[in-house]
Amino acid sequence: MSGVVQVAGELIATRRAGAYHHLTIVSPGVAELARPGQFVALAVGGATSANLLRRCFSIHRAKPSGTYGGTVDVVVAAHGAGTTWLTGLRPHDPVDVVGPLGRPFPLPADAVPCVLVGGGYGSAPLFWLAEALQARGCQVEMVLGAASDDRLFGVVEARRTADGVVVTTDDGSAGRRGWVSDVLGDVLDRTGAGVVYGCGPMAMLRSVTEIADAHGAVAQVAVEESMACGVGVCMTCVLPVTGNDGVTRMVRSCVEGPVFRGDRVRWDAFADGVCRVPADTLGAPSAGGH
Amino acid sequence: MVDMSTALASMVLPNPVMTASGCAANGHELHRFFPVSELGAFVTKTVMAAPRSGRGTPRMAETASGMLNSIGLQGPGIDAFAKEDLPWLGSVGARALVSIAGTTAEEFADVAERLASSPAYDAVVGVEVNISCPNVANRGLVFACDPVSSERVVRLVRERLPEGTPMFAKLTPDVTDIVSVAAAALRAGADGLTMINTLLGMAIDTDLLRPQLAGVTGGLSGPAIRPVAVRALWEVTAAMREGRLPTAPLIGVGGVRTGRDALELVAAGASAVQVGTATFHDPSRPRRVVDELEAEVARHGFGRFTDAVGIAHDRTARP
Ligand SMILES: Cc1cc2nc3c(=O)[nH]c(=O)nc-3n(C[C@H](O)[C@H](O)[C@H](O)COP(=O)(O)OP(=O)(O)OC[C@H]3O[C@@H](n4cnc5c(N)ncnc54)[C@H](O)[C@@H]3O)c2cc1C
Ligand SMILES: Cc1cc2nc3c(=O)[nH]c(=O)nc-3n(C[C@H](O)[C@H](O)[C@H](O)COP(=O)(O)O)c2cc1C
Ligand code: FES
Repeated sequence: MSGVVQVAGELIATRRAGAYHHLTIVSPGVAELARPGQFVALAVGGATSANLLRRCFSIHRAKPSGTYGGTVDVVVAAHGAGTTWLTGLRPHDPVDVVGPLGRPFPLPADAVPCVLVGGGYGSAPLFWLAEALQARGCQVEMVLGAASDDRLFGVVEARRTADGVVVTTDDGSAGRRGWVSDVLGDVLDRTGAGVVYGCGPMAMLRSVTEIADAHGAVAQVAVEESMACGVGVCMTCVLPVTGNDGVTRMVRSCVEGPVFRGDRVRWDAFADGVCRVPADTLGAPSAGGH
Repeated sequence: MVDMSTALASMVLPNPVMTASGCAANGHELHRFFPVSELGAFVTKTVMAAPRSGRGTPRMAETASGMLNSIGLQGPGIDAFAKEDLPWLGSVGARALVSIAGTTAEEFADVAERLASSPAYDAVVGVEVNISCPNVANRGLVFACDPVSSERVVRLVRERLPEGTPMFAKLTPDVTDIVSVAAAALRAGADGLTMINTLLGMAIDTDLLRPQLAGVTGGLSGPAIRPVAVRALWEVTAAMREGRLPTAPLIGVGGVRTGRDALELVAAGASAVQVGTATFHDPSRPRRVVDELEAEVARHGFGRFTDAVGIAHDRTARP
């Protein structure tokens, strides 16, 4: 496990970005340690909050030094109680930050072409990943998809950063009508990509993995599992992943992930909004269950 | 300066604050936030004989001032625990209170025996027997719901642990009469009791209109259950004071977030306190409660932490 800090942070900027809120939080120490793909866990609701569990967000940007000290940026979709509270914060409000957490996206040793696929706010961590890849000489193309135009994040930034960008929306309100999976195969053929990085809904990560496999590319996907602590102590955030030894284990996505090789995730276990324990998992319940 | 040390049977600790089993893994993770040796004791995640995958997900649901969990006792099994986790806890100077369980009484005993034979057994200051675990031989009924099964498990574990190892039985509040289960555990040789485990609960997703947890029901924890913990500690302490139960030390757990919360459990009768779900809110919580509780004890003018144990029984207004 890599370095992590807990800091009493301060929100210094909050702005709308389509359907999302883009927050900049002064959190000294976090940015210095952070790598693309890692996330922060934010406490919500203040000191006497009835919402005890932390909310996790991919780090969109990390600036080790600035006028206010190190900052991290996150992109938040207001959804339930905690995210609604976060998006209602005003500049100078306190935010308790734990991070950086999880394992970052692994970077290829060689300068291979890479394709970065983001679904909805899942594109948030991909821009500084793109920069890190480009610094190694990798050609980077991005595929951004969402339900509708307002749910795309960072299209302008993508066009500025990447060597090529394809946009899809389910309703056709921006880019091509359809899903990222409809266009990904062509992008892989055209670029000859060796690695596909994905962040977004689980169903999207599954198809990104399948398409990458079919094109001989490695998929590295950042999964999103419900997390209660974010730091590895509660065992709520698990999913079945096959290790180098061929054995499937229920592993914590907050410490062993959130980034996994796509072909190691047991996608067959996910259906109907739940993840079952595959029968061949180490320590799987015998008939009757735990 | 307040003397914060506490003695739980033969287990003497520099302060009365511990992690709660299953809320702190086995130490590595929290050690990044504070040295786990600064806690009175470190309570490990319940370990069973063999590796266990636990249940599918979702395994949790947030509830008002609490949460439901249905982890299903995921863990590496006692051999891996004894080989990897326990030596690490010893190496950082932590005092390990090791939580064990089984799905049969024999499995409990087997785990106790394999733990006792670990070369790292020095790090163990005590064993917490998590009898809030389903008994396969009794249609999955939790051991701690039945005084007879509780007594049998605790007796078998006692036989397999080295003489002098402090042993605590962890009780569930989901019973009609917690005093009778407490009596059974003490009769079988428990040195003390840990109270309380989670309460069985359930949440339904009101968009999908189906259970939120993959396992349907789960254990409720967090500040929402603190009044239940206070009541359970109160009842058992009262029974001891009235001579209906042999006197034995209690470890309080349930909804502790601050030093003041901890003091509430102490005043009801707890000689030590565990911090569970609040750790998910703030990974430094267990360590902060050490200082906060000390400040609370000092605020009341007590010179020793132990002066506050069970004090609410003495101060109750008589009708
Ligand atoms: C590694 C990671 C990165 C993420 N990055 C982003 C991001 O960049 N932007 C963004 O808007 N969202 C992100 N999410 C999802 C975000 O954490 C959830 O939407 C948020 O926690 C929901 O909180 P709530 O108060 O709105 O919902 P509630 O339903 O009130 O949440 C209740 C509890 O469930 C947990 N929970 C509920 N939904 C999710 C979920 N989808 N994922 C994880 N935990 C959940 C919460 O942490 C909380 O403990 C990320 C999740 C993970 C695991
Ligand atoms: C996620 C989670 C996992 C738990 N796992 C265990 C466990 O393995 N063994 C055990 O005895 N108690 C377990 N518990 C119960 C706690 O140790 C504690 O008794 C209970 O949560 C009440 O305390 P709290 O309100 O401070 O969390 C678990 C609780 C939670 C929330
Ligand atoms: S979120 Fe708690 S272990 Fe991963």
